[in-house]
Amino acid sequence: MDIDLIFKIAGIGMVTAVLHTVLSKAGKEEYAYLTTLVGIIIVLGVVINLVSKLFDNIKVLFRLY
Amino acid sequence: MEVFQIVGFGLIATILVVILRSVRSDFAIYISILAGVIIFSMIIQHLSYIIDTIRDLSRRANLEITYFSTILKIIGTAYIVEFGAQLSRDAGENSIAMKIELAGKIIIMTLAIPILLSLMDLIVKIMP
Repeated sequence: MDIDLIFKIAGIGMVTAVLHTVLSKAGKEEYAYLTTLVGIIIVLGVVINLVSKLFDNIKVLFRLY
Repeated sequence: MEVFQIVGFGLIATILVVILRSVRSDFAIYISILAGVIIFSMIIQHLSYIIDTIRDLSRRANLEITYFSTILKIIGTAYIVEFGAQLSRDAGENSIAMKIELAGKIIIMTLAIPILLSLMDLIVKIMP
């Protein structure tokens, strides 16, 4: 499993947080929430993919089917 | 040695979670989920090695293989239930963690029923 994925996700998190504050300061509230939502959905896709891989490994390992 | 990698990685993940929480972004939960997944995938080789050796031992002592596979299933469900419950507890949702643990206990109970029944049959046979 690649360890640098954690740094990517942390980077995306910080970028969306900064973007959120910048956009909300610039008065565009709805765009701020939109970008945060998009960031969350992208990261959600990656995380769900990894969690499903983990569950498959566990299923095979512990003969849980 | 692998243990240094794992501990180092765990520390880095915790630091990232603290940074993300301070930036007030809600990605901290993702980092902890990912850290759990990656650490488990690091130890999966050792786990399968242990399980294979125990399986060979039980086969050599010609024990009932069904008992060992039920025990393995119970350990697997216990691990997944623990994984989910701890994650929701981290996020501050104690009630969801309680529900997950309740469901896990019930599933483990249903897995253990056959062993209980065979134990009862054995005892009845032994009784004069």
